[in-house]
Amino acid sequence: MQELTCKLLIIGGGPGGYVCGIRAGQLGIDTIVVEEGKPGGTCLNVGCIPSKALIHAADEFHKISQFTEKSLLGISASAPRIDLARTVAWKDGIVNRLNAGVAGLLRRAGTRLIGGRADFIDGKTVNVLTGESNTRIRADHIVIAVGSTAVELPFLPFGDNVMDSTAALSLTEVPEHLAVVGGGYIGLEIGTAYAKLGSKVTIVEATDRILPQYDSALTRPVLKSLQALGVTVLTSARARGRNAKGLIVEQADGREKIIKTNRVLVTVGRRPRGERANIASLSLAMDGAFIRIDDKCRTSMRGVWAVGDVTGEPMLAHRAMAQGAMVAELVAGVPRAWDKLCVPAVCFTDPEIVTCGLAPEEAAAQGIDIRTGQFPFTASGRAMTMEADDGFIRVIARKDDGVILGLQGVGKGISELSAAFSIAIEMGARLEDISEIIHAHPTLGEGLQEACLAALGHALHA
Amino acid sequence: MGIYTVTLPDVGEGIAEAELSEWNVSVGEPVAEDDIIATVMTDKAAVEVPSPVSGRVVWLGGEAGETLAIGSPLVRIEVEGYDGAENPFPEPDETAGEEDKTDAAPAGKPVGTPVAAAPVEHARTAAADTRSYAQQIPPAPGRKPLASPAVRQRAREAGVDLRLVTGSGAAGRISHKDIDAYIERGPAAPSYAGRSRATGSKDVKVIGMRRKIAEKMALSKARIPHITIVEEVDVTALEELRSTLNGRYGGSRGKLTILPFTMRAIVIAAGEQPGINAHYDDEAGVIHQYDAVHIGIATQTPTGLTVPVVKHAEASSLWDNAREVTRLAEAARGSKAALADLTGSTITITSLGPLGAIATTPIINHPEVAIVGINKISIRPMWDGQVFLPRKMMNISCSFDHRVVDGWDAAVFVQRLKGLLESPALLFIEE
Repeated sequence: MQELTCKLLIIGGGPGGYVCGIRAGQLGIDTIVVEEGKPGGTCLNVGCIPSKALIHAADEFHKISQFTEKSLLGISASAPRIDLARTVAWKDGIVNRLNAGVAGLLRRAGTRLIGGRADFIDGKTVNVLTGESNTRIRADHIVIAVGSTAVELPFLPFGDNVMDSTAALSLTEVPEHLAVVGGGYIGLEIGTAYAKLGSKVTIVEATDRILPQYDSALTRPVLKSLQALGVTVLTSARARGRNAKGLIVEQADGREKIIKTNRVLVTVGRRPRGERANIASLSLAMDGAFIRIDDKCRTSMRGVWAVGDVTGEPMLAHRAMAQGAMVAELVAGVPRAWDKLCVPAVCFTDPEIVTCGLAPEEAAAQGIDIRTGQFPFTASGRAMTMEADDGFIRVIARKDDGVILGLQGVGKGISELSAAFSIAIEMGARLEDISEIIHAHPTLGEGLQEACLAALGHALHA
Repeated sequence: MGIYTVTLPDVGEGIAEAELSEWNVSVGEPVAEDDIIATVMTDKAAVEVPSPVSGRVVWLGGEAGETLAIGSPLVRIEVEGYDGAENPFPEPDETAGEEDKTDAAPAGKPVGTPVAAAPVEHARTAAADTRSYAQQIPPAPGRKPLASPAVRQRAREAGVDLRLVTGSGAAGRISHKDIDAYIERGPAAPSYAGRSRATGSKDVKVIGMRRKIAEKMALSKARIPHITIVEEVDVTALEELRSTLNGRYGGSRGKLTILPFTMRAIVIAAGEQPGINAHYDDEAGVIHQYDAVHIGIATQTPTGLTVPVVKHAEASSLWDNAREVTRLAEAARGSKAALADLTGSTITITSLGPLGAIATTPIINHPEVAIVGINKISIRPMWDGQVFLPRKMMNISCSFDHRVVDGWDAAVFVQRLKGLLESPALLFIEE
C-alpha cells in the first residue's frame, strides 16, 4: 500500500473541489484532489455544461424550423434535420476539452489529482482505491466536496427508458414522446430542448405550478412559451409508475391518466451524497441530509471542511466554487468568512429566468419596507429587434435608503445580466447609483437602469 | 371538503364592533377545534376567539388593527368532509357576492363549489423550495454594514469589525477611506467614540390595548381640568401595624400591603365627602354620587395599563380587599379578567410600588372625579419640635376634576386621608 501525506486533501473534483484545489495550489499549499470520475463534477460532465450544449443545439434547430413562409423576418429555409448522435459527440468534445482544462489548471497550480474512490478512515486519514490498489493519504485538512445526485423515485427506478438528467443529455435519437416528471428548472430546461427538437413533451408537476420556487410573474412567460412549443403541462399531478403504454399519472382530481411515452425523464430534485466516502463514520453534525457547516465551511470536526451541494441549498456550482476558494484561503491562513449577500440563480428555460437576492414576498416576510420597480421588455427596442419582448426586469430596494436587496428578471438571453444583478447587490448599490450609471443603448441591460428609475418613480421609457 | 366561515362572536358587551388585535393563525395553517384563532379587543377586555372546527385556514377577515362588526366573517376554514350546510356565509367569490345583492340570498345557503386549494402536502413542498430561495441572503440581526466585497475583505484582514465603522457614503456605505480613518483613530475616535450611528427606525402600530389606553388618556386629559395635590404622610405607625398584622395573620389570612389600608381610608373619607366618590357626566350636566365605593386599581400588564375594580370596598375587610386586589391583578396580567372585573369603578388608586417616585400627577379615570396616587415609602428625617427623627414617609398625589371639586374640598379630602393613614387606629374606630 502506498502512503502519502499532504496539507490539504480534497474529496471530489467538482466545482467546489477543483476550485479549492487550484486556489490552494496557488497559495503554495501541498494539496491533493481525489476524484472518482472525470474532473469537473456534475456541473461540467453531466450538468450545467452538457445541458447548455443541448439547449444551444435545440435553439439553433428550432430557429431554423421557424423560418417558414410565414416568418415575419422574411427568411425561409427548408425543414432542418438533426443527427443527435453528432450533437452529443460535439457536446462530449466540449466536455472532454473542459475535463482536460481542469486537470491542466490543477497541474499548473501544483496540485496533485488522483483518480479513485476515497473513504474516510478517520478525520485525518483517507483510503483511496484506484482500480485494485489502495493509497492511504494523511492530511492536516480534509475538504468534503462529494456533491449531490439525482433523486430517484422508487416506483420509477432509473434505467429501462427511465432517465435521470445525465442519461437525457446523452440520447442519440430525439424521442418521439418524452414525459418529464418534475417541473423544476432541470426538467424544464431539458424538456424545452427536446420539445424544440421535435419531441412531444409532457411535464408532470406535483405542485400547482411549474418552477414553484419562483413567483408566478417570473414563470408566466416560460409557461406561455411552453404552450407555444406544444408542451403539455400537468400541474397538481403525480407520477405513479409505468405500464406498457406509458407513464401513469394521478391528476389533481384523483383520476389516473396514462401518458403515452417511451421515454421518462425524472427530475424531482437532487440529494446530497452524504452516504459516500464513509462520511457517516465521522458522525458529523448534520442539517437534515446536509453536512452542517459554519460561516467558514467548517464541519463539527476540527480540520474537516465541507463545500458545495453536500452542505445545502442553493445547490449551485458557483456557490460551491466560492466556498472552495474561501476554504483554500482559510487553510492558507487568510482571514475569510462567508459574507455573501446573494447567490444568483439562473434557469435556462426559454425565456431564461435570473434571480438574485430577495424576492418581494421574502422582503415582506422579513419585515423590510421595500419599494419595487419593473421594466417590461415590451418597452425595449433591443428586445423587439430580437423578437424577445416577453419578460421584464424587477428591482427590490429598501424603502428608506434605496439599497438594492433583490433583482429578478425573465427574458431571452437574460442569463448574461446575472452578473450585473449580483454586482449591484454585492457592491451595496442604491437605486440612485444604478439609475445614474449610463447603460449602453440598445441593450437588454438598459432594463436594469429603467427598473431602478421606475422604483424611484420616474421611469423614462416605460 | 368545504369552507366553514367563523363569524366574529358577540363578545359579551352588547357592542356592535370589536377591534382585531392579533391573529393567532395565518392562511394555509392547519387549525384544530378550540385553537385560538384571533384576539379581539372590546372597550375593556381582550377576548380570544376559539375555532369551532378543525381544518386549514384559507382566508382571514382583516388585518390586526382593523375594526370588525360583530357577526361579520372573521376567518374561513377549509374543513374535511364538511358540506357547508350550516355555513351562513358563501365563499369569498365575486359572483356569489353579486348574487347576494340581487337575490338577497337567504342565510344558510349551502356553499357551491369549494375553493380549489392545493393539497396541504403540495403546499409544503412549495414552501420548502421558497425557503431555499430565501437562503440566498443569510438572515442577519439588524442591517449588515454596507460595503463592497473588497472593503469587507480588507476589514477582515485588518481585524476591523465593520459594524463599528461609520460609513461616509450614501446610506452609510463604508469605503476604504472610512476603514483608513477607523484604523488611524481607532475605536476611540473622538467624533463617535467608536460607536456607530444608529440609523434605523421602527413604526409600531397603535392597536388593541394600546389604542384603548391612548384614547382613554387623551379623553381624560382633554376633558378634565386636573388639580393635583401632593401631601406627605408619616406612615411609621401604619407600617408598624402592618408588620404586626402580617406577623400574626400573614400565614393564615395572607399578607397585607399598603393598598388595603389606603382603600379603607378612601372609604371613610369618601363617605364624608360624597362629591369625591362620583362620576361627572358632563354632557348630561349631572354628577352621579355613589354610596358604594368601587375602587379601581391601576395595574400594569404585559400589554399595558388596565384598571380592574374592587367592588364594594366599603363592605369588605382589610384581608378581603387585599385578596381581591391580588386576584384581580393576576387575572389582568394573564388577560383573564372578566368584563365585570374591569368596569364600574367610582374612584381609582394608582401606585407604582417601589418605583413610585417622590410625586406623580395622576390622570383621572374618566368619568370619575378623583384619583389617589401612592408614592414610595422612604425613611426621612422629620423634626418633632426638638429633634430630627427617622420616620417612614410616603407622599400621596391626588388629582381631582376641578370642574366639580373645589380646591378646598380636594384639600379636605387629602388631609383626611393623611390623618387616617398617620393614625391607623382611626381606620377601625370611626365606623
